[in-house]
Amino acid sequence: METKDFAKNMRKLIVEAIYNSGSGHPGGSLSCADIVAVLFNEEMNKSCECPNDPDRDRFVMSKGHAAATLYSALALKGFFPPEEMKTFRKIGGRLEGHPDMKNIPGVDMSTGSLGQGISASCGMAVYGKKAGKNYRVYTVMGDGELEEGQCWEAFMFAAHYKLDNLCVFIDFNGLQIDGEITKVMSPLPIPEKMKAFGFNVIEINGHDLDEIRAALKNAKETKGMPTAVVCHTVKGKGVSFMENVASWHGTAPNKEQYEQAIKEIEANG
Amino acid sequence: MADMKAQRDAYGEVIAELGKKYPNMYVLDADLTKSTKTATFKKEFPERHINCGIAEGNMMAVAAGIATCGNIVFASSFAMFAAGRAYEQIRNSVCYAHNNVKIVATHAGLTVGEDGATHQCLEDLGLMRSIPGMVVLAPSDAGSTKAACRFAAEYDGPVYIRLGRLPLTCFNDEQNYKFGLEQADVLMEGDFATVMFCGPFYDLAMQVREIFANNGLNIRVVDVPCIKPINRTVVKNAANETKAIVTIEDHNIYGGLGSAVAEALAEEKIENRNPVELIRIGAQDRFGKSGSPKELLASYGFDAAAIAKKIVDTVCPECADKFKF
Repeated sequence: METKDFAKNMRKLIVEAIYNSGSGHPGGSLSCADIVAVLFNEEMNKSCECPNDPDRDRFVMSKGHAAATLYSALALKGFFPPEEMKTFRKIGGRLEGHPDMKNIPGVDMSTGSLGQGISASCGMAVYGKKAGKNYRVYTVMGDGELEEGQCWEAFMFAAHYKLDNLCVFIDFNGLQIDGEITKVMSPLPIPEKMKAFGFNVIEINGHDLDEIRAALKNAKETKGMPTAVVCHTVKGKGVSFMENVASWHGTAPNKEQYEQAIKEIEANG
Repeated sequence: MADMKAQRDAYGEVIAELGKKYPNMYVLDADLTKSTKTATFKKEFPERHINCGIAEGNMMAVAAGIATCGNIVFASSFAMFAAGRAYEQIRNSVCYAHNNVKIVATHAGLTVGEDGATHQCLEDLGLMRSIPGMVVLAPSDAGSTKAACRFAAEYDGPVYIRLGRLPLTCFNDEQNYKFGLEQADVLMEGDFATVMFCGPFYDLAMQVREIFANNGLNIRVVDVPCIKPINRTVVKNAANETKAIVTIEDHNIYGGLGSAVAEALAEEKIENRNPVELIRIGAQDRFGKSGSPKELLASYGFDAAAIAKKIVDTVCPECADKFKF
């Protein structure tokens, strides 16, 4: 499947899962969908036949509220049937509201409490370096997540141990639950701070698949330091009425909104 | 057997031993390698020792990440910063994800001494005991520290091991003493009352026993190094066969050994006595303070004569006049 179509199908599964459950986080799930699509459809050495392969690339959704994005990519890659997305956030199912590594094949780390996924990623990466493994670790973080002090502890660690096998995508959509990140508690300027913390920093449009691909190439070629890809994104990307509206951070669409969203996502492709 | 040894020295030795046995064992520290003694492991296996700096929250989630790759990870800091500061990382990244991380927290309790209240963690057993799936151990000498660490390395899942700072009397063999879930050792039989202790209180428990022995009475002494899961049979037997239970721990009376015993007593069927007299010796819902460990323990009620008096007042108040404390 073309990655463009993969991303489109992910978006449909995301919106459908959140609509079915009547809860979830559409805004931030849609903003990082293109990044996750390139990673799962093109980049990562990760297969449903052997989800625990010790040499697989690792993926950590540090902004765990974008669980639907991760699950949609896993479903499309055969880790579980896409129909299972209907059980998202429902009792009796395994698709927890935030990623659960114990029960969901393909989930490399349980996340949800912000700032912890990046630290776990550092653990995977430092072990990879020490044990001479060739896998890479990919982490998606939120821009609001950067307000958690632990992120900066982890960044310090990543640079100190020269984790050039770690590539962090920052989903810079500019919004958090309470509004604009610059008004709630500004983590800006992100690229400058990441540079000062010892990262190779790349700034891209997080919805441009070629720019994502180029950033991945750059990250792999960079030695001796971790890479941060600061991705300018649109919260709610692909659904006009959700785009750049903070209140869609954690609200499910109603039936009418859901149908409209699916129509728009299909038309956009 | 009457040697004295600090538990952290035993910890340093045993992780160096375990590092040979388990090539997939990693040890993490947060700028306290000389205090926690993980430096001993670092000397033997520098490639498998990772100093995380003064950032305990990050350290616990890094430990979880290393564990996801099929490794056994020991992570150490002082109890205050391991269990306290990094509680939520332990809860979510280690325990909820069921990662194979062993948290070995040193310098627990009042016996930290002069550093005072900010460094005297009196709540860690409660914090750790309340997390689903966490095994909580508070070994009581060098031998049980080594056995606890060997058990933890073998066990698949999160374990919290609480160690103190002071040298302690050695009463368990460092090579041969074995440790399992629900470990509880009846060290001395007795029928008047039972003293159950964990951590640094072997000597104190034996002193209490001695006072009663001088009065012709026998105190049962039980070492309870496994706080969760607690050995309910030992608690039940103590309640059925002796007239009172005393718990002694370098911890708040809420959340630790005293609470675990109280919960077991409340839920188990006790034939002879209901309710069972329970005396919890510990910090009485107070913070610590600066002072020498000896002075602090005395001022917080960890005193053999004071404990003996409480037992007599509870079990046989009419005997108090004739009792030699």
